[in-house]
Amino acid sequence: MTNIIETFKLTKSFNGLTAVDKLDISVESGEIFALLGPNGAGKTTTISMLCTILKPTSGTAKINGFDIVKEPMQVRKSIGIVFQDPSIDDRLTARENLYMHANLYGVPASEQKNRIDSILKLVELEDRADDLMRTYSGGMRRRLELARGLIHYPKVLFLDEPTLGLDPQTRDHVWKYIRGLKEAHDITVVLTTHYMDEADKLSDRIAIMDYGKIIALGTSDKLKETLEGDVIIIKANNTDGVISVLTEKIGLSGAHVINGTVEVTVKNGKSMLPRIVMATKNDIFIESISLREPNLEDVFLHYTGRTIRADSSREPHGIAAIQRRKIR
Amino acid sequence: MSELRGFYTLWLREVKRYLRDRVRIVSSFFQPLLWLVIFGVGIGASLRGAVPIPGLTYQQLIFPGIIGQTLLFTSMFMGISVIWDKEFGFMKEILVAPISRVSIFLGKMIGDSTDALIQGIIVIFLGLALGINIDPMTFLASLPIMLLITFGLVSIGLTIASFMGSLESFGAIQSFINLPLFFLSGALFQIQSLPGWMQDISKANPLTYGVDALRNVILGAAWQPFQVQPLFMDIAIVGAFDVGMIIIGTWAFSRMK
Repeated sequence: MTNIIETFKLTKSFNGLTAVDKLDISVESGEIFALLGPNGAGKTTTISMLCTILKPTSGTAKINGFDIVKEPMQVRKSIGIVFQDPSIDDRLTARENLYMHANLYGVPASEQKNRIDSILKLVELEDRADDLMRTYSGGMRRRLELARGLIHYPKVLFLDEPTLGLDPQTRDHVWKYIRGLKEAHDITVVLTTHYMDEADKLSDRIAIMDYGKIIALGTSDKLKETLEGDVIIIKANNTDGVISVLTEKIGLSGAHVINGTVEVTVKNGKSMLPRIVMATKNDIFIESISLREPNLEDVFLHYTGRTIRADSSREPHGIAAIQRRKIR
Repeated sequence: MSELRGFYTLWLREVKRYLRDRVRIVSSFFQPLLWLVIFGVGIGASLRGAVPIPGLTYQQLIFPGIIGQTLLFTSMFMGISVIWDKEFGFMKEILVAPISRVSIFLGKMIGDSTDALIQGIIVIFLGLALGINIDPMTFLASLPIMLLITFGLVSIGLTIASFMGSLESFGAIQSFINLPLFFLSGALFQIQSLPGWMQDISKANPLTYGVDALRNVILGAAWQPFQVQPLFMDIAIVGAFDVGMIIIGTWAFSRMK
């Protein structure tokens, strides 16, 4: 496998705040690669640099063999981008938007019609192709943006939070289209997300990002294996009591409270369950206790000590806000 | 080649969007109509035929001025498309495309100029309907002059808009630039009769030469004794202004992120 993207100590700071910190990653040709992390982790900044929208403060990257600093035009021809915020002209029809994109990216005039017809079919918008974009729903616009990003046959498609703000059913659809487009066009997809399930179900490899750094990288299974075990979930009347029993009597570390239940990662879950019940039976009333396989949320927690969800509910902080203004 | 196609596609977008906006086209009749009929007839009547230029009614005198005013207001207003594109995100799609900022600026600018030219043509037909005499040759000669006037003005609008974040602030700038340029262009009077200081300001106003060029073409011999500059000088001055503004506009677009 060859690397279609390689970054070399890629760094970006805004007014002294380091948004992306000496990033070294490589993306293999043909894979779906996810940058997973809370808002403000530096995902969009990373993608913006790779797409030549932002200039790195230091370091560089190569995409399809071209340097993002020295050969931005060649890089731009090699990539397609679907931005986090909508970026279509809603006074034009879907077909007109696609033609415009094809012309901006120098697609030969003789091929434009065929490419546009077939891509419209792929995202199932051919019946609505001649309607103005302003009559489209959010999910349909997203599908058209995905289609548009592929009209010039890019080597890499960047998707910045592709399903942000979409309802669960539409998200499933969009995932399906992303996979379908990837198969049909044999491209590499790099996406950012703060949705665990999106990274988990859609991508081949996941890089977990926090404060501008990659803190873990691998397939979803590999990342979960690093936890070496199972997660035990305990619902009880006294969560603090449960935690002190777990730490003091059983010697488990890393127990924490999420949404009013105690979670703890252990090596051998099945044999641990009876021990926990025995150890707590005198002081605490346990309502329920269950066992599950670790998910990416647990992986994130394991590396950062925080949950992504708790972070994501907050407004994007400093850097994301500054940078979103700049891109606009 | 791909630059040319990029330029063409951006030009086409501006024109398409304009032609689809029926409300804007219909409403564009209205303001010049008010100026020509109410203001033109009203002031003309109070002058009781004592228009300082022999052989011309007041309405005829201000007709080229109202064309100039329409071109000015429309051109400056076009800047709003940049703010819209920023607001609705489409600007990103253009800015990350593999085409140069020069092509992006020129495509948008000439597209907007084309729209403003259509507005100008509408005013000419309005004049015809009001009985102002314009022969086909005069009409054809006025087209390139109108286009030349719009290039510089659209460039001002686009440049200002590229620095602005919101629709509201753009509106404020408009009234600080549009009305002074309009009043000081001699669109409603000839500038020779103005006091010296005001005449000096008018002579520094590029629109003065645009209006003068239109008068030279449309009013012909009756205007000649009163012209600010001969036609070729008008064209040279407006052209030089255009070149300057296009350079500034391209620079403004190249620093946009």
